[in-house]
Formats: sequence, structure tokens, C-alpha cells
Amino acid sequence: MLFLLLLGLAWIVLNRAEAGAGGSGLGPVPARGFLAPDLSLVTLGGETVSISNLHGRAVLLNFWASWCPPCRAEMPAIQAVHEEYAERGLVVLAVNATAQDSRAAAESFAAEYGLTFPILLDPAGDANRIYRIGSLPTTFFIDPDGIIREMVIGGPMSAASLRVRVEALLEELP
Amino acid sequence: MFPLLQFGPLAIRTSGLLLLAGAFLGLHVAERHAARRGLHPDRMYALVILMFAVGTLGARLSFAAQHPDAFRSSPLNLVALDPGLLDPFGGLALALLAGLVYGQKKGLAFWPTLDAFTPALAVFAVFLGLSHWVSGSAFGAPTSLPWGVELWGTKRHPSQIYEILAALAILAILWLRFDRKSVAGSLFLQFIAWSAGADLFLGAFRGDSSLLPGGFRLDQILAWVALAVSLGLLERRSSLHREGTPAPPSSLDS
Repeated sequence: MLFLLLLGLAWIVLNRAEAGAGGSGLGPVPARGFLAPDLSLVTLGGETVSISNLHGRAVLLNFWASWCPPCRAEMPAIQAVHEEYAERGLVVLAVNATAQDSRAAAESFAAEYGLTFPILLDPAGDANRIYRIGSLPTTFFIDPDGIIREMVIGGPMSAASLRVRVEALLEELP
Repeated sequence: MFPLLQFGPLAIRTSGLLLLAGAFLGLHVAERHAARRGLHPDRMYALVILMFAVGTLGARLSFAAQHPDAFRSSPLNLVALDPGLLDPFGGLALALLAGLVYGQKKGLAFWPTLDAFTPALAVFAVFLGLSHWVSGSAFGAPTSLPWGVELWGTKRHPSQIYEILAALAILAILWLRFDRKSVAGSLFLQFIAWSAGADLFLGAFRGDSSLLPGGFRLDQILAWVALAVSLGLLERRSSLHREGTPAPPSSLDS
């Protein structure tokens, strides 16, 4: 038994990982621990937003569509969290799957729910493809280094759940 | 690899489905051997249902206790159907506690009961590996070996496949011992020892290990401790058995 345990210890020592091993540093890959793939999309207001310009900020990236019930259900919570944390440096981006939705629907949805964070349009479906979105909603929590800390598939996410994850991101701000 | 099953507008996470299947199949297998270890199947299912209920509730309570501020302006979230508001470790601890209390109340023998659950654990471990494979979690370190698979941007060890194969091997090793008479607890402890050994060995090929200072992989260290404790207990219990001395009485031993 002792021999086995000593062998185990030797194996542990032999297989230590180098710093930076694991997911982060490799990528960009739309998965936890990896660098968030870059996106450059136009908002309803006509501005262009790129994820790569947001290094140094905490980012909540939400993928949604107006016809998706859990997406609708969680929007008030996302708006509330946006209002609570904007001053502390949180950036909320909501990517509308415009290829399967419409600009008009996104606009009226935003008006109906009083959404004040950027609504990004994805008419070519590039963002959904790059981020391998299989079901809506999907939410990514990206830290100031651009690393995806958590990916939540499905919803609706509760306000409490959003707050806990946003707080974790904001803790990393310099 | 196949993270979602789409049925029209419904998208089911395959990983969750596999875990559920593993639990059901595992309990079905355990049920067939449970009576031999003094655990009636009805009791077994009652115990599992209790632990699941307490575990879920406990996970919610534990999460809320750790993040009270998050609920302050949304108190209704305390009862929200949001799996993101669960603390798995708190839930597990409370579930185990509930199991112990229930076992004591119903006069279940501690070690034989653990033995009775071992087939379920062994089967579940296989499905855990499958769930990791479909979701791409527990992924491997980059490699140039010919059997590397493309995942998350580079060729990696198919660590989930290793995990599944190890779980199948352990199930095969223990299968014939499910019904064999043995020192109480030895089936369970063998399962723990084999699984810990597998984790210890396969941990070297993971690409997502939590690292301690110096690059030591946390999962390997925890596996080593589990291996040491389970082997130690195995030796102690079988030598006590050989000497004819009953193992030290614990409040749950009968």
C-alpha cells in the first residue's frame, strides 16, 4: 500500500502543470476558461461595439430573441442588474439573433421592456455561429482579461443569480 | 460534442439527461443486489428521494447564506426555479447528513448500506464520463498523440473517453463482487480506492485542472488523499475482521 501511495505522489510531482496551462491563454473559444471570441456588431442605435475593445471591463453578454419566452422573462432582471452595476463598470450587451428574428421586433421589445443597455443586431447570424449558440437564452460572463468565467445556457436567470456572477467579475477589476 | 438535443422549440441539455439516466440505471442495478446487504429496495429509494430533496433544498439555503446581498432586493428569487442559485457542496453535505440521520433512525447498518449503494455509484460514474463528453467539460491537455481529438481550439487528450473507460473497467472489476460476501464496507472502499486511483492517474492528462502553487493539480492531490484513506480503512477493517474483533462500534453499526 505504501509503495502504491509513493508511486502516486511521484506521479503527481511528475505531472505538474506549467503556469497558464488549462484553458485560459488558448482560444478564442466560446467556453469557460477561454478567451472570449471577438464580435463586432451594430447596435439598434447605430453604434458599432466590439468585444475586444472591452478589455479591462466586466462584460455580461446575453444572446436572445424576441420570440423566446425565457429570454423575455429574464430581461427585467438583466435591466435591473444593468442599472445597479453600470456605475461600477459593468457592460451589458444583448445580442439579438436577428437572422431568426427581426430588427423591428427587437426594437419594439426593447421599448416595451424599457431596456437601456446596448442591443446588438446579428442579421448574418455570425455571432450566434462564432459563439456556437444552440439554444436561447445563453449568457456569458467575461472578466476584465477577456476570459469567459461562466457560461449559462437557458433561463430565465434570476436577478440574484446575475448579481452573484457580476459581483465575481467586478472583483477582478483593478 | 452533442451538448443539446433539439425537439422543435425544446432544447434539452444532453449532459443533464445522461446524469439522470445514470442515476436511474444505477439505482436499478443496486436494487437487484441491495437485499443481500440488508437494504430493502423500498428503503433504498426512500433514502435516495430524501437525500435528493434535502440536497436540493440545502443547496438553495447554502447558496442564499453565502450571498445574502444578492437576494435583498429580489427576495422572491429565494424560491425561483433557477439552478444557478444552488451551491452543490452545501447541498451534498446536507444530503449526506440527512442520509446519516435517516439511516440511524431506521436502524440501517452504516458500512453494509454503503456497500449496497456501490453498484449505483459504479454505474453512475460511467454516465458521469458520458455527460462530460457531450458537454466538452473535464477536457484534456493539448497533445500530439495520434488519438488526440480536436476540442476547444486544439488537439487534446480525449480525457472524457479515458474517464468512461476507467469507469467501465471499475464496474467490470466490481461486478462479480456485488453479490459476494465480504467484510462490511470493503465493496464501497474498493470502489473509492479504484476510482481515486483512476482520478490520480488520469488527472495528468487534463487541461482544466485547478492548480495550486507549483503547478500541482488539486484533483490529483484530493484523489491521493481519498486513495490513502480508503486503502487504510480497507486494511484496518479486514485485519480487524481476521482477528475476530468486531470493528469499533459506531452509532450506525449493527
